[in-house]
Amino acid sequence: MNFLLVLEWLIKGFVWALVLLGGFAYLTLYERKALARIQSRIGPNRAGPWGILQPIADAVKLIFKEELTPAKADKLIFTLAPVITVVPAVVITAVVPWGPSFDIFGYHLNLYIADINVGVLYIMSIASIAVYGIVLAGWSSNNKYAMMGGLRSSAQMISYEIALGLSFVSAILLAGSMRMLDIVNAQGGYWFHLIPKWFVLLQPVGTGIFLIATLAEVNRAPFDMPEAEQELTAGYHTEYSGMKFALLFMAEYTKMIAISAIGATLFFGGFNGPFVDKFPWLGPIYIFVKIIILLFGMIWVRATFPRIRYDRLMAFGWKVLLPLSLALVFITAVGIILAQQVNSQLIVVIPVASLLVAGVAVALIDRTLRRKDYARR
Amino acid sequence: MRVVEPVVELARGLWTTLRMMLDKPVTIQYPEQKKPVKVRFRGRHVLMRYENGLEKCIGCALCAAACPADAIFVESSENTDEQRYSPGERYASTYEINMLRCIFCGFCEDACPTEAIVLGDQYELSFTDRRQSIYPKEMLIEPVLAGAMPTPQKTEPGVYTRSVPEMKDPQD
Repeated sequence: MNFLLVLEWLIKGFVWALVLLGGFAYLTLYERKALARIQSRIGPNRAGPWGILQPIADAVKLIFKEELTPAKADKLIFTLAPVITVVPAVVITAVVPWGPSFDIFGYHLNLYIADINVGVLYIMSIASIAVYGIVLAGWSSNNKYAMMGGLRSSAQMISYEIALGLSFVSAILLAGSMRMLDIVNAQGGYWFHLIPKWFVLLQPVGTGIFLIATLAEVNRAPFDMPEAEQELTAGYHTEYSGMKFALLFMAEYTKMIAISAIGATLFFGGFNGPFVDKFPWLGPIYIFVKIIILLFGMIWVRATFPRIRYDRLMAFGWKVLLPLSLALVFITAVGIILAQQVNSQLIVVIPVASLLVAGVAVALIDRTLRRKDYARR
Repeated sequence: MRVVEPVVELARGLWTTLRMMLDKPVTIQYPEQKKPVKVRFRGRHVLMRYENGLEKCIGCALCAAACPADAIFVESSENTDEQRYSPGERYASTYEINMLRCIFCGFCEDACPTEAIVLGDQYELSFTDRRQSIYPKEMLIEPVLAGAMPTPQKTEPGVYTRSVPEMKDPQD
């Protein structure tokens, strides 16, 4: 391990952390602007041209606000909880590659921070740590609303993590590796020189499950149960103010960026795009654009759908997403074996069978919601 | 068995919100752009003047009596022909409205026999001190029109003997 390598890691880690934290600040602006446009408003436009300085104004406000600690709170855990929430959100994207390797000034540069051979497993384990921060924040506040928010959040995140993990499995199976770089490389190339070999086309339902489960995982609408204002004031961060609240807020938005980056890598071809093998610097741009589009999807869903009831949320997670994603793992495995053993064209089995199963799932949900149990008597 | 319809319904919701992005924003950039108020808008009170510059208010305090919030305080003094503020015998030497109490009901407007007090279009009423909420006569009274004399005026004796002018029915 030479000095240059350490320096490279330091610089890459520093840059990526800055990108995430700056990205968090501008994601808030992006969300406010996009929501405003959907609601026929303009959104923040006072601080700087087009409101560009709004995140800075917000940050200054949050830093100078008074920090309250409830008298009967567990002070150590109360202070520690926001940190425990932020760190996994920043660390989780370390394995996401943002571009192909290339030589620059005679130096071989890899555009990722860590290349772990169990990258997907790393993501799953780090994502689970974030639950601790939230449940500890809720518990240490010594407030029943915060407690309920924290408990709901942990229950919800644990439930949806299973579906999320199983949707990862289909991507792992298709790539044949848990290394993020292998997964991205497996999505390079085209069918008929036109259609990119992204896993979203091979496993559309798995991608759908991933997108739904991530919404629950980062506590976004319509699964923002832990923060349901109408029932829990603000959920686990009820008692937080000032910079501690900013940290919790930061964790939430950084997780949005992180999960979009992971989604872009696993299902939307990562840094792959036209001409990326000739011009490696296009890689970061492609993944950035994909992240922006996925983030817009999250904002768009928030602007469209109302929050769903808690029992239905849990029922959906356990009774629909879990069996469906298990079935998808099975279908993917069968499709891969058929393609390997019989005919490589049979890979078509995967999307077709997945869509059929998803259709059955939709029909069953529709029937359940129509059942007399939910009707008013 | 409905398979496609539920998905289509979800997609239709998403399409509706996406389509709204193309809508023109309804935002009015307030301090720079102001929306004109409606004709019958009840904003801050204005004490009116006649065309010759005399005040319409005769200090009768009927507005203060009509005020349900007890926001108006009137003190009247005698007019003389040397120092004439309004037609008739008396004028309002003190006229104060407490804007924290005022509920902008417009009863003062209805009670006024000379149409002196009118609820105008001014709605930017802000102050940082409770004392500043009391608007004295100087703030409420209409500025003197061009060509008219400011009050007090020196007038011919025997001209302004009638406090309440002869009026037609109000038009809106």
